[in-house]
Amino acid sequence: MSGGVDSSVAAALLKEQGHEVIGLMMRLWSEPGAHTAQGDPAHNRCCSPDAIANARYVAGMFDIPFYVVDAQEMFRRTVVDFFVDGYAGGVTPNPCMECNRHIRWEFLLNKALSLGATHLATGHYARVRSALPENGRDVPAERLRQGDAPAGDAPAGDAPPGRLYELLKSVDDKKDQSYVLSVMGQAQLRHAMFPVGEFTKPQIRELARKFNLPVAERPDSQDLCFLADNDYRRFLAEHAPQVVRPGPIVDSSGKVLGRHQGLAFYTIGQRKGIGLAAAEPLYVLTTDPERNALVVGPVTGLGQTTMRVGRINWVGGAPPTRPFECTVKIRYKAAERPCTVTPLEGSRAGVALKEPARDVTPGQGAVFYDGDVCLGGGTILK
Amino acid sequence: MTDPIYLDYAATTPVDSSALEAMLPHFRDNFGNPSSIHRWGRNAEKAIEQARRDIAAVLNCRPAELVLTSGGTESDNYALRGAALAMREAGRGNHLITTAIEHHAVLHTARQLAEHYGFALTVLPVDDCGRVRLADVEAAIRPDTVLISVMYANNEMGAIQPIAKIAALARAHGVLTHTDAVQAASQLALDVQELGVDMLAIGAHKFYGPKGVGALYIRRDTPIVPSQTGGGHERGRRAGTSNVPYIVGMAAALGLTAQRREADNARYRRLTGRLIEAVTQIPDARLTGHPTGRLPNSASFVFRNIDGNELLMRLDLEGIAASSGSACKTGDPEPSDVILALGFDRSWALGSLRLTVGRGTTEGEIERTIGVVTRVVGEMRG
Repeated sequence: MSGGVDSSVAAALLKEQGHEVIGLMMRLWSEPGAHTAQGDPAHNRCCSPDAIANARYVAGMFDIPFYVVDAQEMFRRTVVDFFVDGYAGGVTPNPCMECNRHIRWEFLLNKALSLGATHLATGHYARVRSALPENGRDVPAERLRQGDAPAGDAPAGDAPPGRLYELLKSVDDKKDQSYVLSVMGQAQLRHAMFPVGEFTKPQIRELARKFNLPVAERPDSQDLCFLADNDYRRFLAEHAPQVVRPGPIVDSSGKVLGRHQGLAFYTIGQRKGIGLAAAEPLYVLTTDPERNALVVGPVTGLGQTTMRVGRINWVGGAPPTRPFECTVKIRYKAAERPCTVTPLEGSRAGVALKEPARDVTPGQGAVFYDGDVCLGGGTILK
Repeated sequence: MTDPIYLDYAATTPVDSSALEAMLPHFRDNFGNPSSIHRWGRNAEKAIEQARRDIAAVLNCRPAELVLTSGGTESDNYALRGAALAMREAGRGNHLITTAIEHHAVLHTARQLAEHYGFALTVLPVDDCGRVRLADVEAAIRPDTVLISVMYANNEMGAIQPIAKIAALARAHGVLTHTDAVQAASQLALDVQELGVDMLAIGAHKFYGPKGVGALYIRRDTPIVPSQTGGGHERGRRAGTSNVPYIVGMAAALGLTAQRREADNARYRRLTGRLIEAVTQIPDARLTGHPTGRLPNSASFVFRNIDGNELLMRLDLEGIAASSGSACKTGDPEPSDVILALGFDRSWALGSLRLTVGRGTTEGEIERTIGVVTRVVGEMRG
């Protein structure tokens, strides 16, 4: 529970459905000694004192026991260090996926299970569907759970063997968060519930009113929760100065055109803020970490139809054995693009896009879909 | 769930029925402002002055030596800040002494005096039973020492401090003694002549009185600056309209506590004796604090390699209300200063548990608690 509208409605829905609900909030790492613009000590946005008070109040409304569990050290190690290391390695990392991989669906799930819970529910916009593989994909999870619930005292999470848990997009396409959840596998999904994923955001707002939830809606933000001021460049300069080394800006032939402020400050496809005057607009084409060089060129140099993806998690468990067609999202908010995926050794795959893409960014997630079903995802390699 | 069990009487106590009855007429019938000249005022003033006399009788002091406050924290704050500043103004010196196991109401006030008001501060260690050594006190006293503050009994592990001896030592050096008796007041004698202290702080909700009211005993002629300025209430030391019903409730609760003290303590000793006997049978579990020189109602432990916050969550889910040394409500994993001061390393200090019994505790509850704690600690160790 974050104190925000989505996890609050999720808790209320579960309570209304008659579940025994325990509220958990994680205390996550934030920059030590940092202050907000107002001069207050900065907290991780996910667990500020206000957020804790809000979540505790909501839990109280529904008579839900509420606990804050510490994950600061693990978050720093698995998310913040990953973020810094990514930039140090010349890629644009996605720390939110790492948070879901290590913090939410490993640390917190284990904590919940150890407290005796059968499921971990979050306020994510996504859905879980449980199906017997032979039944295909069209059996709604709820019907299966009700109809085929194991007899006796077996916890609801311990479904019969052979059942496949699928990760689906939320019914609200605009809010869908399956991208960051693509790190989940069967061991996580069998314990996962996403109550708000069955609704659209307007419906969730309506439910929040119906439940009389006091949660003020916070603006949606893609900024990182552990930054004091949403400025990742300043964060890197202060906490990882080694990744902020100025270097040459070069064109495709290697000719030096100017100086850059540090490779971490640029993303592929970027046009603004390069700081060079040229006859035609210049775009960031790629980076060359070995020479600490930023490679720029005209728009015609952008766009690629192939990429390599590594560290792939296949939601269904078994990796595919043959090339197949699907769609791929190469950033959280990017549109899906048709592609052909060719599985390779070592949790890797080659991806051929039907149309060239200008914003293929190493370090970001590439997440594969078959319609509403999230097949899995990995990290775009250089 | 079977009936929940409250074993956190050191955190707070329910208001005794007779104290509540004593308070009720003073909300509506006898609602006057004690400062007013008319009969409503006189009647209200009569109520608080009678209450002041009743409290003075228990403390064996003059009624005029009591300042009625909003609780233990205010009393501690006022004692330290008020006396330290007045003593310095009188040219008596600039050095304060306190201990590592004080409640934050004392420790953080002392630190503020050091950091913002320029006082020198000595923080004394304790022995491994949680007691301050007289030799350390004597060694710490300097010619410019103005005030020593040592708690009467510790809130986290119940260790009773040799206040009378410390006060005698201080007096011989012309140093004031303050004692935080907030935790002790429900069980120990509060005779300020026998204790020999110059200031003593209590808060009503620890002894079956209401929250939000307390008192500070200040020996006549002790230099102290006013804590709140305004209408000159409390002989000019703390301005603000007196909280008549709460003061009446505090006096009633304190009188009753003094009257029942011996009988209550005998019963508490039996209950905590059984708890200590059984819980220390758990492997890698130890009693914290002094084996006998402790508050009768307090049983405190550490468990090696146990996350104390998680232990409290699990006990709560099992219906047992307990506490630990750390600020578990915010998920802060830092071990308690008090437990560290006893010499335990982190592997022990993070696993602290405090069980405190009270007037409502039954032997059946103690036996059930022993069973649950033993089982849950075993489960957590897998």
